[in-house]
Amino acid sequence: MIDNGFEPKILAFCCNWCSYAGADLAGVSRLQMPPNLRVIRVMCSGRVSVEWVIKAFSSGMDGVMVLGCHIGDCHYIDGNHRTKKRFVLLGKLLGALGIEPDRLCLDWVSASEGQKFQDVVTKFTSRVKELGPNPIVAA
Amino acid sequence: MADVRVGVFICHCGTNIGGVVDVPSVVEYARALPNVIYAENNLYTCSEGGLASIREKIAEHNLNRVVVAACTPRTHEPLFKNTCEDAGLNRYLFEFVNIREHCSWIHMHAKDDATEKAKQLVAMGVAKVQWLQPQQEYEGDVLKASAVIGGGIAGMTSALSLANQGYEVHLIEREKELGGLVKSVNRLFPTNVDADKVITPIIEKAKANKNIRLHMPAELKDVKGFIGDFDVTIYENGADNVIKVGTIIVATGAQELKPDGFYNYGKMDNVVTQLDLEGKLKQDKKWIDDLAGVTMINCVGCRIPERTYCSRFCCITAIKNAWILREANPKAKVVVLHRDLMAYGVEFEEYYRKAMEAGVLFLRYNLDKPPQIIGKEKPEKIKIHDELTDSHLELPCDMVVLTTPLVSARDNEAVSKMLKVPLGDGMFFLEAHLKLRPVEFATDGVYVAGSARWPVDITESISQGYAAAAKAAIPMSSGKIKVEAITSFVNIGECIACGTCVLACPFNAISVVDTDGKMHAQVNEAMCKGCGTCVATCPSGAIQQKGCTDQQILCMIETLAGGL
Repeated sequence: MIDNGFEPKILAFCCNWCSYAGADLAGVSRLQMPPNLRVIRVMCSGRVSVEWVIKAFSSGMDGVMVLGCHIGDCHYIDGNHRTKKRFVLLGKLLGALGIEPDRLCLDWVSASEGQKFQDVVTKFTSRVKELGPNPIVAA
Repeated sequence: MADVRVGVFICHCGTNIGGVVDVPSVVEYARALPNVIYAENNLYTCSEGGLASIREKIAEHNLNRVVVAACTPRTHEPLFKNTCEDAGLNRYLFEFVNIREHCSWIHMHAKDDATEKAKQLVAMGVAKVQWLQPQQEYEGDVLKASAVIGGGIAGMTSALSLANQGYEVHLIEREKELGGLVKSVNRLFPTNVDADKVITPIIEKAKANKNIRLHMPAELKDVKGFIGDFDVTIYENGADNVIKVGTIIVATGAQELKPDGFYNYGKMDNVVTQLDLEGKLKQDKKWIDDLAGVTMINCVGCRIPERTYCSRFCCITAIKNAWILREANPKAKVVVLHRDLMAYGVEFEEYYRKAMEAGVLFLRYNLDKPPQIIGKEKPEKIKIHDELTDSHLELPCDMVVLTTPLVSARDNEAVSKMLKVPLGDGMFFLEAHLKLRPVEFATDGVYVAGSARWPVDITESISQGYAAAAKAAIPMSSGKIKVEAITSFVNIGECIACGTCVLACPFNAISVVDTDGKMHAQVNEAMCKGCGTCVATCPSGAIQQKGCTDQQILCMIETLAGGL
């Protein structure tokens, strides 16, 4: 991981059934990861409103993650399909607002993938570190 | 906001949290947060001492919100919610903050960072809790009647099980007789008992049971409603008939693949499927005496790119019929060509061994070098490449039996739409969870058994029939269902009745209705599962989710940003 002295603020929305449980498993397995992340639990990644992500960036978060069940494994049948579709729009919207779409991460972590949770969080933290502070707040 | 009084309880979890996070400093921090009236730390908040303290402090400080910062809500939330309830506080005025799995355990070597993170997580929880509202859980009645769709072995097993428990059962069968696929089978593995001797008594019992209303022949036309209160419309005797039930079991079965285009099936005489052969074996068996050779080809039409799955029991079917033919005519060359042989479990392994001992020849073929049937109107010989010895054989063969998989019933798609339950690979029904909920659908009150779900043999069909009946009996025996109050609700004034939420809902729980001339969305609480997908798609912010409103989450985000 690069060390440029910048500690990004990262918010993750995790769904109750897969990614939150995956994060729990990472904890139970004592998989160490950067302490920059704060998790908000929602029942389904499909609940994550565009407004929340925009709010997170506008109030100073440097990176936002949305982690759901794998496609096909959604506890609510197809909530994550909608999340995925919404993200295409959201990426474009962020670009228009002057926020690098790379500051937003959508990924799928199952309840058995503690290791993957660690990987995704570690890599994303590193990526946001490289990107530096959120440009709209820094401006 | 009217007098929000928050109590915060922070758990050491022995050294699990306390060994990394400086818990006393988090308590100190929590005390200074807005609306926090009381904060304390506990060695184990989940211990009886910790729970007693929550109850006492609620009374002592007149707390009306509780935040516990400890482990994961996935295991401990119900315990703390119950504790709040015991103390007279509505269980939905509670918020859980995870500072173990999501903090102390993953930042063991960064104690300061972990303490800072724990403080922020607690602040976020305290921020959210002020917006929580007391909630009532929806309670509905469950009719003590069940509709079983499909009168095969699985459906009849479910129907009889429920009927014998005293529930009214409507058994709906499309054909003119009960029994399903088993009616076409000659003998059953692994005992080679006559199939009729097994199925006939079950059919008689189903027909005679006073709690079973038989609808036959009848077609499923429509299903409306939800767990406890379904309206099932069927077409029978030339008219639509509406049945009211509390639960539904789908046991629509499957059908044998007719392998048109494979190995001259349909073009050459004496090229038949296993089920065709079963039909022949049920009649006069003299023809077997004249056989010089029979070759069975397994995995025809399955485990190929168009149909990747294994139908699971057809290997045993091939072994059974090969063995029966060989015993009836020991002079006949009986060969089973397979790509892999599935004879799982002690009984099937033994069955396979006995067939070999009886003289059935098992050879392995590869799809790259498939067997070739030689003959004009009917098979005369067969050319085989045995993969294991890499040798070409030519064997006498006047009958070829193609072992084909079960494929989904032709109207699964229509049934799945009526019931709002999903289909998976190969258009078979998809259960709620492959391991943990094998006979339930994600939709409450609807269950599945038998080959409707996946190709299964008769033993498994019966087990699943019983399992589905047991599951269906749970809501019917209590007669009540309770729904966790995490459902969506509509602020009618703000709703523009665009119907976006109706389309977004995976459970068809939302409809647009007219109240005194105002069109608006309406959530059926019995059907809503609380995913919140509708909320995120609502363009006017009119629909919200209990315990996860935009206001609650935005407040958490603001608090986090402010504290960084």
